[in-house]
Amino acid sequence: MAAPQCKVAASLLFVLVVVATPREAFWAFGAYVACILALALVAKIPLTTLARRLVIELPFLIFVIGLPLLARGERSELLGLSYSVEGLWAAWNILVKSTLGTATMVLLASTTSITSILQGMQRIRVPSILVAVAGFMIRYGDVIASEMRRMRVARESRGYEARWLWQTRALASSAGTLFIRSYERGERVHLAMLSRGYGGTMPELGDGRASASEWTMSLTFPLAAAAVCAAAWLLS
Amino acid sequence: MNATELRPRQVPALEVRGLAFAYPDGLQALFGINLSIARGERVALLGPNGAGKTTLVLHLNGVLRAGAGSIEVGGLEVTKRNLKEIRRRVAIVFQDPDDQLFMPTVRDDVAFGPANLGITGPDLDARVMRALDAVGMAEVADRTPHHLSFGQRRRVAVATVLAMEPDVLVLDEPSSNLDPAGRRELANVLRGLDLTMLMVTHDLPYALELCERAVVMNEGAIAADGPTHAIMSDLELMRANRLELPYGFDPTFGRAAR
Repeated sequence: MAAPQCKVAASLLFVLVVVATPREAFWAFGAYVACILALALVAKIPLTTLARRLVIELPFLIFVIGLPLLARGERSELLGLSYSVEGLWAAWNILVKSTLGTATMVLLASTTSITSILQGMQRIRVPSILVAVAGFMIRYGDVIASEMRRMRVARESRGYEARWLWQTRALASSAGTLFIRSYERGERVHLAMLSRGYGGTMPELGDGRASASEWTMSLTFPLAAAAVCAAAWLLS
Repeated sequence: MNATELRPRQVPALEVRGLAFAYPDGLQALFGINLSIARGERVALLGPNGAGKTTLVLHLNGVLRAGAGSIEVGGLEVTKRNLKEIRRRVAIVFQDPDDQLFMPTVRDDVAFGPANLGITGPDLDARVMRALDAVGMAEVADRTPHHLSFGQRRRVAVATVLAMEPDVLVLDEPSSNLDPAGRRELANVLRGLDLTMLMVTHDLPYALELCERAVVMNEGAIAADGPTHAIMSDLELMRANRLELPYGFDPTFGRAAR
């Protein structure tokens, strides 16, 4: 098991390489998919799990479906439907790159605990304020969700059922209240941090240097992907 | 060499003189507070909601700055320059442990304070484990705070400030929302600590049990200061300051037990 910083760095590099690949090089994307499948196999992550976690990407893809129909430029026809060639390319580009990127992150998240990922980010010198913000999001996600749950129970206990459009008013004001409560909590958390000597920078906790072999092992995949990417540029 | 160094026990752990404070919106919250707490004393700070208890507490470690008057912690004045040392000396446990536990794991959270003091490596690990041991929470070091029960979170919150090895421990409503067993466990933890303690609470039996001295605040001023059982036996004083003992509770029991 490689140190988290190696895994985080390797994942980021892999995604960067994928994004830098020319969209016409179908074979290169095939190679990336093979990379990810191989990693999933090694990490013993069932493909069904991988696929299920990819569903998170769907809402973002709705916009992509519209692209070929809405984009301008040279048009072509398919089954009597007129579509833009440029739009289709753009849609493909977004679809394949975002799916590969999400799959990489799903792999990272499935093999590394959230706290390790945060540690890894800190050790590869991601600005500590970003790491802290990510940490707070994870720490307080549950707190805020349970606050939201309590508010829903309180609404429903008073006979509220969201059935008609005008009833959304109660929801909207709940959202506003939740925002203010979270903001106030933020202030209290800041107070607690100040009281324990916080001076504007998060302290670095724990140390776990990765060995050279861990780095080599982790960087194999992004390096292989980089070679594929370079080849794709040379051939196009 | 001055007298402070010769006889450190005689310097009060906490000395508040003529403290007054108004919030930026003009609301005057404190009107000339005088309070002196000796080393090792355990003091309960009682009073109705809005009496200014929390405002006073936030002055003790310099989160709020005095409008007038001064505060000294172990002979060191609370000023902007001394803030770091003051915050090491005065540890505050806030009411909602979710506000206090903000790091992804219990271990990181307890390490946050001492790490800010510049402690690293094995020293830091040792401090973290010492603090967690003191509250009996060593086995949850690698859990995330939101997987703990409320009572456990409250005790971890105490550990986060113990790790700073403070001189004065300030607790804001330590027994609120705890079930009776959790309340008992926390009392045992607090009794076992050799620290000066100031405890803001509405839980009068808890105050009587843990603190030999009580200070009553009302409307931004100190209304009474004396032995806890004497204050609680003074029904006139209690009524005037919106303090009520639980039904059937006899405060003289405290004196008999002592």
